[in-house]
Amino acid sequence: MERNVIRSGSKLAPSSFSAAPHALSLKGIVKRYGDLAAVDGVSLDIPRGSFLTLLGPSGSGKTTILMSIAGFVRPTEGDILLDGARINDLPPEKRNFGMVFQGYALFPHMTVAENVWFPLRVRGQSFPESERAVMDVLQLVQLDHLKDRLPSELSGGQQQRVALARALVFKPDLLLLDEPLSALDKKLRADLQWELKDLHEKLGTTFIYVTHDQEEALSMSDEIVILRDGKIEQMGKPGDLYEKPATSFVADFLGKSNFIRARLIASTGPDQATYAVGEQEFNLRPAPATVGPGETVAIALRPEKIDISVTEPETTNRLKATIRQFNYHGTSFHLRVSAAPLGDLFVTVQAWRCGITPSINGELWISWEPEAGVVVRETVAIDDRPSPDGV
Amino acid sequence: MIGRSLNHGSYWVLIAPAVVLMVVFYVFPLLQVLWISVTEPTFGFGNYEELFTNSFLHRIWRTTAFICGITTALTVVLGYVVAYAMAHVREQQMTAMMFCILLTFWLSVLIRAFAWVMLLRTEGMINNALMFIGAIDDPLRLSRNQFGVIVGMVHFMLPLAILPIYANLRGISQSYVAAARGLGGSGFQAFRMIYLPLSKPGIIAATILVFVFSLGFFITPAILGGGRVVMVSEYIRVAFEETLLWGKATMLSSTLLFGVFLLLAIVSRFVNLRRVFGAT
Repeated sequence: MERNVIRSGSKLAPSSFSAAPHALSLKGIVKRYGDLAAVDGVSLDIPRGSFLTLLGPSGSGKTTILMSIAGFVRPTEGDILLDGARINDLPPEKRNFGMVFQGYALFPHMTVAENVWFPLRVRGQSFPESERAVMDVLQLVQLDHLKDRLPSELSGGQQQRVALARALVFKPDLLLLDEPLSALDKKLRADLQWELKDLHEKLGTTFIYVTHDQEEALSMSDEIVILRDGKIEQMGKPGDLYEKPATSFVADFLGKSNFIRARLIASTGPDQATYAVGEQEFNLRPAPATVGPGETVAIALRPEKIDISVTEPETTNRLKATIRQFNYHGTSFHLRVSAAPLGDLFVTVQAWRCGITPSINGELWISWEPEAGVVVRETVAIDDRPSPDGV
Repeated sequence: MIGRSLNHGSYWVLIAPAVVLMVVFYVFPLLQVLWISVTEPTFGFGNYEELFTNSFLHRIWRTTAFICGITTALTVVLGYVVAYAMAHVREQQMTAMMFCILLTFWLSVLIRAFAWVMLLRTEGMINNALMFIGAIDDPLRLSRNQFGVIVGMVHFMLPLAILPIYANLRGISQSYVAAARGLGGSGFQAFRMIYLPLSKPGIIAATILVFVFSLGFFITPAILGGGRVVMVSEYIRVAFEETLLWGKATMLSSTLLFGVFLLLAIVSRFVNLRRVFGAT
């Protein structure tokens, strides 16, 4: 298998922790608590060896789905299939899935090595027998030198690695991760994203990852499932979801987005359409397939896809704008500009090649390519969504 | 800020009332007890010699140790079961259980002991009921023996075991058990390897508390033992009030006290008692 290629520099044979990857299918999963459906008809195929992320705000049902897969929650309806076999009725300990819990749940009275030994011990392996596996997996997460410490003597990042090692040591069929990075600070989180992805490539085990952090989801996943109110809003590869959000919820949740409510005027073939806000007309490419001329549409426009200039650009999609507010982020400026007739728009410009020095009430031109706008279904009203920058 | 401006002298002023109270009503009488034990009837360790020579005292100590041991073991096991249930039921049921436990705690120990006498005596409810349904032909001897004493003592001590164990269990996150099961452990393995070791501080606290309380306990043994089961504390009472052998009584009291200290010293070699009893 391609994924099992050993990276140069690693002493370890990674295949020693990777069972043959398994595929998981969810068929119409529903979980009701009284009248409330926490999960409402979720069907999903998770291919062998993939890194799939369940992404959604709190209350979207992502954790309930993961707990159903793990066996802690019994779905009210629907089937969970592992390689085609129904596993609904198996208790968690019979499923052979590795799990990294939110907050890690490391056993506080056991050392690092004992924690990692635990899954092997309950499978009837004595310590001498399993010592090799414990040490190997600790080496894999670079913690072999801390094997005799207690969890309370480790940093957050180290605890996280122990939790990973413990979930991997018994060669699980799947690895389930429940917001594993949420307790860590930003920098460490970024480092561990690299490590997790690297680990996934080394092992080839199927990873199912739950998070509410869109950045984590985008950076690591092969596939992202975006959940809202217990239902799948959209799923696909990170790049596709980001570039072609189907709904206003996805455009707003995954990254930041401006929304323009416009009237579609004409489609000049499948390639190009024109839309208008008030009297001002703009171009859109390609033309939306689902809506026709005369209809009102919501168009998502990413802040970083808007260009700024001092002189008037030669393109149809341009407006004169006034800066209302700006934030400096080191790598970029975040501007809030007011541009009639669209109202307030957010614009992100790379700081080092920002042609102007932003100032409040400063005037400038904004413009965007016809490809920058995406027509989205309005699943969340675009008028009362919170501002993308939180200002 | 205020704390920093106070020197050590003013700290002493603040705690002086408590210290004086302790010295007058606690330390001084205790020293007096120790003093009497080596001066009455004559100066010396004559009273303590009896510990080794008097076979009647040996029997009393043996009875005491036996009853306290059994009582402690039963109380801690039963207390653990109740505390475990309390830690796992809903808030409302927990409140009801806590109320029932505290209710028996508030009842006078005398009333409880006599209630047990009513239940356990030859003509008591239990014997009558068993004979009525034909389970037995002759009444069982349930009181005026060690069995009765142990039943009464376990009942009295249960809250003392339940409360510290419950406090400990409440602090154990359910995620540990979930993690253990998610990693392949059965329910029993999760309990034995994770939950039980994590509840060790509660078990130790309860064991010490119940055992120490049992050692000095005399009302329940006196009533339910009916004079046939003599434990040290009951014998001390008799020596003080009836036979007026104050030297012997104070000697036994002191021995009991040192015995408890010795026990704690031994236990503290294996466990951190400060942590067990909640000191930080």
